Amino acid sequence: MEFTRAEVCIVAASESWRGAGEVLAHAVGIVPAVSARLARLTHSPDLVLSDGEAFFMSEPPPLGGTAADGGVIEAWVPFRSIFDVLQSGRRQSMMGASQIDRYGNQNISAIGDWRRPKRQLIGVRGAPGNTVNHRTDYWVPGHSPKVFVERVDIVSGVGNDRARAGGSTAQRFHDLGVVITDLAVLDYDPEGHLRIKSVHPGVTVEQVQQQTGFPIDGTDATETRTPTPEELRLIREVIDPKSLRSREVAG
Amino acid sequence: MSDKTMSLEDFAATIESGMTIGIGGWGSRRKPMALVRALLRTDVRDLTVVSLGGPDVGLLCAAGKVRRLVYGFVSLDSIALDPHFRAARQNGAIETAEYDEGMFVAGLQAAAQRLSFLPTRAGLASDVLTMNPSLRTVASPYDDEEYVAMPALRMDVALIHLNRADAAGNGQYLGPDPYFDDLYAMAADRCYLSCEEIVPTDRLLKDAPVQSLLVRRMYVTGVIEAPQGAHFTSCVPDYDRDETFQKEYAAAAKDPGAWRRFEETYLRGDESGYHAAVAGRQAAQSGTDVRSV
Repeated sequence: MEFTRAEVCIVAASESWRGAGEVLAHAVGIVPAVSARLARLTHSPDLVLSDGEAFFMSEPPPLGGTAADGGVIEAWVPFRSIFDVLQSGRRQSMMGASQIDRYGNQNISAIGDWRRPKRQLIGVRGAPGNTVNHRTDYWVPGHSPKVFVERVDIVSGVGNDRARAGGSTAQRFHDLGVVITDLAVLDYDPEGHLRIKSVHPGVTVEQVQQQTGFPIDGTDATETRTPTPEELRLIREVIDPKSLRSREVAG
Repeated sequence: MSDKTMSLEDFAATIESGMTIGIGGWGSRRKPMALVRALLRTDVRDLTVVSLGGPDVGLLCAAGKVRRLVYGFVSLDSIALDPHFRAARQNGAIETAEYDEGMFVAGLQAAAQRLSFLPTRAGLASDVLTMNPSLRTVASPYDDEEYVAMPALRMDVALIHLNRADAAGNGQYLGPDPYFDDLYAMAADRCYLSCEEIVPTDRLLKDAPVQSLLVRRMYVTGVIEAPQGAHFTSCVPDYDRDETFQKEYAAAAKDPGAWRRFEETYLRGDESGYHAAVAGRQAAQSGTDVRSV
């Protein structure tokens, strides 16, 4: 069966929610959002979805929309409640990353010196709190040495080395899972270094290594699994009929 | 109950240079823009602005009124970043304290409760501690945990905008999200509340649930009726964000010449002049001749 790279990424990202239980899926970006909905419709029916505004949705609105566009509201969760939820730990995140290093330190704040950045980005937002409170995964739609860097300029999401150095409270709920990219799935070795877990069909380990700005181990890399016909049907007909996913990942 | 209603001009006259001003709402949502525009018409400067920011921060930065900015983010929501904020950061024009959003909320809560800090896990091991070198951690007296001691974000003045209020300062929101406006009111020595409509107290609950009563009058110093007072940010259910106007704002903010024209068109007059200019622009775009209106 034919499938696109975006669909491979969605299925790989969907695996990150497996076993999460009855928690809020915080998904930033189209592929993560589709992946959480796919997880809910397949292996993780208890996953909690939000409209990105003030509501949890037992039936989500059309992709990219809010409760005002349709769906069924199951709970009221204004912004203030989101911070309570994340501190309670009943939440799991898949966020973006402008830069990420070998320990999974993530930067979305700014490029350059924080005192006078070369380029101001969106700021640390909730990344520092997310990463020390519950599992956090990352989604990188354009795997390149500009994103995967030796050192991030501003640690927003806390990496494994920083969490270790930050003491027991920083480590207690710190849990980095995977990094999904348009080329591969990365996870962390026992020392907390990123490694290549699998490469997407049509991608080689060498390609991933060339597109990564630090040495990355691909010894045990497998091939990312391909979508099942049922997953493809759900993605194409139920979750994302307008194919917003192809805007985020070409091909 | 005393009548706290006042004009935008009376409000603006109470603000002094060097003050710490908290601004409610969230990003480009229910921002007290009429109050901010009133500040733009004064000569106050050297403000410390505390905000989960949107165009409130952008406009004050563009006008050179900000000395120090305390923020969780500065976003226009449908546009990721306010361009004036980006420019102010990249020019090194302002001092900043960038916090994780949850830390920022903890700071509001501490200020509202008159505590010097509240403990939080957020920020540990991140560069928020690097960017705010005066931040300290605090050891738990009960176990071996060590938390960030988020300092209170105490303010001289808070500005908030709600759908409705009575003349005594009881404030009501009719949309889905209170944001943190009640906390801002409690975190400040004085709070000015603008609203779409001032109504008699006995009308507040005629068509809305009790849970919509958000702000209590003992935290409010002045009430200003300002219809469309959150424009161009959203104030649901009264109105959505004016996305076309926001795009015009963001585009103008990227170019000094375009920004001067934007200021001339929209920001030189008073609040009614602003709304007339916005209406004129809408009429021109829809092909209506404004002179015939």
